[in-house]
Amino acid sequence: MREVPYNDIVDTVARLCMEANYFLGDDLLTAFRKGLDVEESETGRDILGQLIKNAEIAKNEQIPLCQDCGFAVVFLEMGTEAHVAGDIIEAINEGVRRGYTDGYLRKSILSDPVKGKNTDDNTPAIVHTTLVPGDKIKITVAPKGGGSENMSEVKMGKPADGIEGVKAFVIDRVIRSSSNPCPPIIVGVGIGGTFEYVAFLAKKALLRNIGERNPDPFYADVEKELLAKINDLGIGPMGLGGRITALEVFIETHPRHIASFPVAVNINCHVARHKTAII
Amino acid sequence: MAQAIAINTPLTDEQVMKLKSGDSVLITGRIYTARDAAHKKLHDLIKQGEKLPLDLQGQIIYYAGPAPTKPGYVIGPAGPTTSGRCDPYTPDLLARGLKGMIGKGVRSKDVLDAMQKYKAVYFAATGGAAALISKNIKAVKIVAYEELGPEAIRELEVVDFPVIVANDAHGNDLYAEGMKKYRR
Repeated sequence: MREVPYNDIVDTVARLCMEANYFLGDDLLTAFRKGLDVEESETGRDILGQLIKNAEIAKNEQIPLCQDCGFAVVFLEMGTEAHVAGDIIEAINEGVRRGYTDGYLRKSILSDPVKGKNTDDNTPAIVHTTLVPGDKIKITVAPKGGGSENMSEVKMGKPADGIEGVKAFVIDRVIRSSSNPCPPIIVGVGIGGTFEYVAFLAKKALLRNIGERNPDPFYADVEKELLAKINDLGIGPMGLGGRITALEVFIETHPRHIASFPVAVNINCHVARHKTAII
Repeated sequence: MAQAIAINTPLTDEQVMKLKSGDSVLITGRIYTARDAAHKKLHDLIKQGEKLPLDLQGQIIYYAGPAPTKPGYVIGPAGPTTSGRCDPYTPDLLARGLKGMIGKGVRSKDVLDAMQKYKAVYFAATGGAAALISKNIKAVKIVAYEELGPEAIRELEVVDFPVIVANDAHGNDLYAEGMKKYRR
């Protein structure tokens, strides 16, 4: 058993919250630049140019890329041979509290969905914990903005829907989302599992980097086909018309019950934030 | 960048009527931030027949709730939020002289109809470009509802604030037309 100090968790989460909000992934910047070559709409090209400049300013000045610094969604992969003295969830929340306060990040969390007030420190985090072999702890912080999260959906489809049903649902969800989730978007798709698990799969799909295909060639092809179809919709950057509506479609799957066909779409904006550390 | 039209606030009907969907516009002058929570408060005051904390005549509302201000800065990153959440409250504000709105995303039919009736324009700013946009904000003052934190109504002094006309006062809609133009 390896002992991991409580404060290592706190410090790491605080740092990841800030880095995720200041530093856009190089994969996204490359995708914006490639988008400039493809985009036919002048407005669309202006917007992509603004996104590149925005990322430069945020990085150089260490200020948030977007004022919506998101819900702090944390993926925790806990090695069963690692031990943290104290409550690791509280350590994560302390990290979020410190990261959002010291990093001048916007606090957007209400303590209760109906009766609540702002918690003023962006806690609590949403923590997805998985136990894995080994003595390492892997932490990914993926701040999620409200505008794109609101355009997400779970559908309990029929097994007869098949992959064509999945494609139709994804396309329809993107059309109905239109300009709201800040296109160009990243589309996370979950297929299979149960009602709650399929939503988790769609969220987890958003952790991949641009260009990272599903290892199963069947789903890799569906990802490519959906991306092409979405970019034929004409929605374009910020929904004002154009070629670049989505930068990626990522599919994650899980075995399913013979009676069920769950599908989930979790949409991310172009500020697709996720930063990982291994302790 | 497309040739931009420079405008100053407050706006007149004449200025509004000249703007066409698709125009790039640079706004200079005072604009006011308000999100749905502040809209609800303004709406309640209107319903009760009470005075509003700001005169809307000719003004522009920016749907935005900035991030905290880092020391040495005028304001934190301040990009647009989804406009649709303010739709239920917007026609009443247009009836009281509001001439422009800045946000992101499509508006309801009620809002679009009221924009034609009262001669107003809806501008799209680039969502997620908050660090860049904040460079065009030169001064900030809280006008009302400080208790709402990022959702308070703030008066912003802006210079060459970059937006695109999404919906004009003539019923043109860049969201619909743009999508149609580039659909395959």
